Amino acid sequence: MAYPRADTGSPTGSRATGAATGTKIILSGSDLQRVVDRIAHQILEKTSGATGTVLLGIPTRGVPLARRLASRIHAFEGIDIPVGALDITLYRDDLRLHATRALGKTDIPGDGLDGRRVILVDDVLFSGRTVRAALDALSDVGRPSSVQLAVLVDRGHRELPIRADYVGKNIPTALAEKVKVSLAETDDGVDEVKLYGGAA
Amino acid sequence: MKSYLIKGVSVVGGKPADLLIRDGVVAGGGGKADETIDAAGLVALPGLVDLHTHLREPGREDAETVETGSRAAALGGYTAVFAMANTSPVADTAGVVEQVWRLGREAGLVDVQPIGAVTVGLAGKQLAELGAMATSAAGVRIFSDDGHCVADPRLMRRALEYVKAFDGIIAQHAEEPRLTEGAQMHEGEVSTRLGLTGWPAVAEEAIIARDVLLAEHVGSRLHVCHVSTAGSVEVLRQAKARGVRVTAEVTPHHLLLTDELAASYDPVYKVNPPLRTAADVQALRQALVDGVIDIVATDHAPHAVEDKECEWAYARPGMVGLETALPVVLSVLGEKWELIAERMSRTPARIAGLTGHGTDLAVGSPANLTLVDPSARRVVDPAELASRSRNTPYAGTTLPGRIVATFLRGEPTVLDGKAVK
Amino acid sequence: MIKHLRSAADLDADTATLILDTAAEMAALAGREVKKLPTLRGRTVVNLFYEDSTRTRISFEAAAKRLSADVINFSAKGSSVSKGESLKDTALTLQAMGADAVVIRHPASGAPHRLASWVDGSVINAGDGTHEHPTQALLDAYTMRSRLGRIDGLKVAIVGDVLHSRVARSNVLLLTTLGAQVTLVGPPTLIPIDVAAALSPGTKVSYDLDSVLPATDVVMMLRVQTERMQDSYFPSAREYSRRYGLDAPRMRKLPEHAIVMHPGPMNRGMEIAPEVADSSRSTIVEQVANGVSARMAVLYLLLGGKA
Repeated sequence: MAYPRADTGSPTGSRATGAATGTKIILSGSDLQRVVDRIAHQILEKTSGATGTVLLGIPTRGVPLARRLASRIHAFEGIDIPVGALDITLYRDDLRLHATRALGKTDIPGDGLDGRRVILVDDVLFSGRTVRAALDALSDVGRPSSVQLAVLVDRGHRELPIRADYVGKNIPTALAEKVKVSLAETDDGVDEVKLYGGAA
Repeated sequence: MKSYLIKGVSVVGGKPADLLIRDGVVAGGGGKADETIDAAGLVALPGLVDLHTHLREPGREDAETVETGSRAAALGGYTAVFAMANTSPVADTAGVVEQVWRLGREAGLVDVQPIGAVTVGLAGKQLAELGAMATSAAGVRIFSDDGHCVADPRLMRRALEYVKAFDGIIAQHAEEPRLTEGAQMHEGEVSTRLGLTGWPAVAEEAIIARDVLLAEHVGSRLHVCHVSTAGSVEVLRQAKARGVRVTAEVTPHHLLLTDELAASYDPVYKVNPPLRTAADVQALRQALVDGVIDIVATDHAPHAVEDKECEWAYARPGMVGLETALPVVLSVLGEKWELIAERMSRTPARIAGLTGHGTDLAVGSPANLTLVDPSARRVVDPAELASRSRNTPYAGTTLPGRIVATFLRGEPTVLDGKAVK
Repeated sequence: MIKHLRSAADLDADTATLILDTAAEMAALAGREVKKLPTLRGRTVVNLFYEDSTRTRISFEAAAKRLSADVINFSAKGSSVSKGESLKDTALTLQAMGADAVVIRHPASGAPHRLASWVDGSVINAGDGTHEHPTQALLDAYTMRSRLGRIDGLKVAIVGDVLHSRVARSNVLLLTTLGAQVTLVGPPTLIPIDVAAALSPGTKVSYDLDSVLPATDVVMMLRVQTERMQDSYFPSAREYSRRYGLDAPRMRKLPEHAIVMHPGPMNRGMEIAPEVADSSRSTIVEQVANGVSARMAVLYLLLGGKA
């Protein structure tokens, strides 16, 4: 039996019903690597060297992204920032629209979040509902001094007043289109971002 | 009284012939009649006789009455039914059996023959007035505490002996009560899985074994109700081989259904004795063919909705069966009409000493008969049953055969598959 | 996801593992300051208890409340149930109240199956007669997995009154689904007929506890009611305890890593000696805590999606 994982690439509900009329690669493997590097640099810049910062990935693909960011930051500056995972399934507002979702892992770094700067990391920013759920989940775990958001792709169509602090790439999309992020860690060794579906 | 010419009917599976019914008897093989029934493709059987029916009146008229049960019986092809004694009050006096007998005559759909209780109040302590019931207007010949076993061996011995004076017969519900305390279903794999207290086969077999020895010892007749296990069949086979005067019945449901049905926990499958295993079903079918089991009896047991729409353990045991008995037997035995006539009409009438029923449809015989369409198929719909209760285990099942008409002493009780009154 | 949890047989290995994994996440959340989750906000869970079982009811209540469900306790005492209202009429009442799930404890085997045919919501069996208690089996499996790291390949001995035990039935079904090897141990009078064929073909039966213990990873002691003596299931409490009770010398026959479980409530001195119940091998207290996590997992997986 297969249970759907919380997949951040899909819209809330099931509005994306357009026939798959073509697939476009938005980011290739090497593009993706450059984008991650850039976000890592931006984080260092904007947080004055990432002191007191914790990266929390939102499962599924936010978690390897957060790890990649941490490892790039380490490569650039030699600092280790704590990385964790924050599963938001139990906080979603659309649970009743789908079959029951399996839970992802929540893993809060040992020193906790209180008084720290938390950067939430996700692959795609779309309606903003996942981030809303993450903020709720976060407040039950601890009290960070501030919360920022880093995403690989911002595809627009926000339904809530939420914006990202770090964006790898803005991709204007039609509502019916789908953005599919593949990461080597979760998707059989493939790194890429694809756009498909929607009107031709 | 109208006369009927039944044209082209196969009498007990024989070549098509005409049958004239006039003045309550079979009047010949043709001739003029007030009404003609085209019976091409139909089979005539002597009217069926059920030695084991619960009509619930007096006491539980919400579940069944003598009249509704009689109608169900006629629709099932029966012309005589024996009404069990576990009514309220119990049929343990001449007064109660006469009341039931009279209600049967008033309904006029089948001959209702009351069965008297063996012990006062079915309590298993003291013999009821068996002789008074025998000499009452009801002329009781069969006595049974059905629902309860006459468990006390001394009391059983006395009952077997006592009824010899008026050619009575004890019909035993074979269930050793100490082995079935709290029992809910057949004890075996399924009861273990379902966590329902088991009703072991040995509780039936031990009583039958004891009773055939008692009957042999005192030289009495014994009738065993609703035999349900392969082991019981073996005990009966040996007893008969030894010449013990024992007869036995099997219900249609024990010939068809198994204990696996309890897995739904739907008490429509709860019955006493319980549904057994497929191996038991096979042994019972073979015994019915061999004659180790003499007859089919329905154990028609209507129950009000609230006694079945509840938890399994709280439900009352029993199934309605009069309207589905012949179709079930047909599905089990096939169109063996001689055998069916023997097991469902002639032999039960003979065991009960009931004259006028179970006779060949020869000229001059009482016209108690039923016409069956063996080619018809029917999906059982509980809502269509004439019984006041709906607790059939066959809901939604397709069964072969349809009762087209039934005649009681030359009067139709069923025509075109519908009750006449 | 399955709709009802009436029997441990409703769970295939994937589903059972998913519940245990989910329970692990729920257990991790239980360590936080804010234990409450918004997940089942607006959903109604009815605890329909026809038998007194404070510990099971409280466990389900805590599980439902941590997930923010509305909980209605409907107990047989002091309600229309004791005035003879039928289960069906009660079911229709609960249906009208909009129960999304009914947790039922009932003295009659199969009552959850009947209830499921009368209500639209999910039915969770919290113990029915001598049939099953699937959430107990889930919490037991969870406890084994957290203590021993796995279930597949474990040798589990379930000891005592298997005949009347709903815990034993559910455990046999669930543990064998998850790859454990179960041996049922007790006096022959308390081992149900055809038990292996009935529950799981690989199940073994032994009448000799001492011979089973040395090759056992988990020994689960069942509560034995002394009233069973009256029904001649065994001669005396003393003889039972001597043959089938787990005392300290017997416990020493177990391998070093083996654990001792008991679903509770215990008859100390009957099936389990106090020093065994209180030993470090005993998981009895953990089992209670794990009960809440396992039941949260079940409630989430049954109610957390599209109805």
